[in-house]
Amino acid sequence: MPNFDLSTTSLRDLNGALHRVEEGSNDIHFDVLNPRGHHAVAVGIAAHLTVDIKGSVGYYCAGMNDGADVVIHGSAGPGVAENMMSGTVVVEGDASQYAGATGRGGLLVIRGNASSRCGISMKGIDIVVQGNIGHMSAFMAQAGNLVVLGNAGDALGDSIYEARLFVRGHVKSLGSDCIEKEMRPEHHEIVADLLRRAGVTGVSPAEFKRYGSARRLYNFHVDNADAY
Amino acid sequence: MCGIVGLFLKDPKLEPKLGGLLSDMLVTMSDRGPDSAGIAIYGKPTQGHLKVTVQSPDPEHDLRLLTSDLAEAGIRASVEVKDTHAVIDTTADVATVRALLASRHPHVRVMSAGESIEIYKEVGLPKEVVNRFDIRKMSGTHGIGHTRMATESAVTTLGAHPFSTGPDQCLVHNGSLSNHNNLRRELVREKMVFETENDTEVAAAYLTAEMAKGKNLREALTSALNDLDGFFTFVVGTKSGFGVLRDPIACKPAVMAETDSYVAFGSEYRALVGLPDIDRARVWEPEPATVYFWDRAGAA
Repeated sequence: MPNFDLSTTSLRDLNGALHRVEEGSNDIHFDVLNPRGHHAVAVGIAAHLTVDIKGSVGYYCAGMNDGADVVIHGSAGPGVAENMMSGTVVVEGDASQYAGATGRGGLLVIRGNASSRCGISMKGIDIVVQGNIGHMSAFMAQAGNLVVLGNAGDALGDSIYEARLFVRGHVKSLGSDCIEKEMRPEHHEIVADLLRRAGVTGVSPAEFKRYGSARRLYNFHVDNADAY
Repeated sequence: MCGIVGLFLKDPKLEPKLGGLLSDMLVTMSDRGPDSAGIAIYGKPTQGHLKVTVQSPDPEHDLRLLTSDLAEAGIRASVEVKDTHAVIDTTADVATVRALLASRHPHVRVMSAGESIEIYKEVGLPKEVVNRFDIRKMSGTHGIGHTRMATESAVTTLGAHPFSTGPDQCLVHNGSLSNHNNLRRELVREKMVFETENDTEVAAAYLTAEMAKGKNLREALTSALNDLDGFFTFVVGTKSGFGVLRDPIACKPAVMAETDSYVAFGSEYRALVGLPDIDRARVWEPEPATVYFWDRAGAA
């Protein structure tokens, strides 16, 4: 079980080792000690590894993850799991701005709060936030699901495309072209599945409201024909 | 980018360590801005005494002559020279000191004036600046530091942060203001004096002007949300207080930590990891458009 102490080992050594793991290797569980807010910890992993980071990290932790299960036993700085392709990233504490931005797949779980721009431009990632999310979250979100157990800040889902937003608490305001939509049976299933995979218990999908695109902004509308 | 740090001590036992803790925090933020660095330290005031921190591009000439020139002008003062800076400790008022400097040493610039504040800032990396002025040995109740990646004005000593535009007041800034030219013109009409073309100096002068109208720092920061346009994370110091404000978009990073012993600010969590008992601190990201303020005098 490889063990990297970032107070004595360079970040490059850690990330290099994570990138060099070969298919079929048994050494696939990594512990990372003393991350002390370092940037870019465990970025660009393209294998089925598990990585336990024992502390808080800075910018871009687990960015571009493709297949690994990464747990941050602390809080994360801006851009955690940015552009994730597959795998899971769990933040035991809070996450700063643009968590899960542009993610194409995988599951990001934030046990605390996420600040502004959570899930901005998400393209297929699933995000579960157990606390609150900040303003401008899911801005221009294209695909995937964002499940929030707490409250959402201003301008949720501004200019949203086809991502689905589920919020259990209060939404401070909806962004342009984002509206509340009916929770149909398939949406209950999506939320139930994501809560189960995120390890959240005692919460019913019936407690959530769904928000999504009114499709007035990105679809052609005949009344706007003169504008073209 | 730019990097900001701030430390407000609640536990007097930490006061001898203020300079060291703040220096470590600032050096950690070096890669957020390599152009210039500065630090403001609030030390113990002496009743009836004023501290004027000055800087000269020709310290050999200017600062060596300060003691004799002040004495010759009948101003009771002691002068401590530190590299390019000097602290004038005097019972005279700031206008008297400024008048003497203007007539005898026109190249000497006032970095700060007040009962507690001392500001040291220069072009160069935080490590160099901290060493040049022996910041690690300084004690105090609170302090603010900044490392700069210049955007709005030239890389000069005067363009470095913190900016001080009023007694015992200072401000550091990460971001850029977009209405600073207009606001500067308005403030000039209100008799504020500017030394640079820098946007941050306008923000500092704006707060000074608002407080001169009778607002406390909390109220001045609240009105800044309406009157300042652009990106900003500010950390502000006054004689007894310490404030934080982020613009409503809040894209400039900020992390805070609080224990029974201190309140700390960093552009990133990295800046805070060396603080005592950080693992037990409450750590959070300050909310956008929200005024945070701590004051030892209870007069926020």
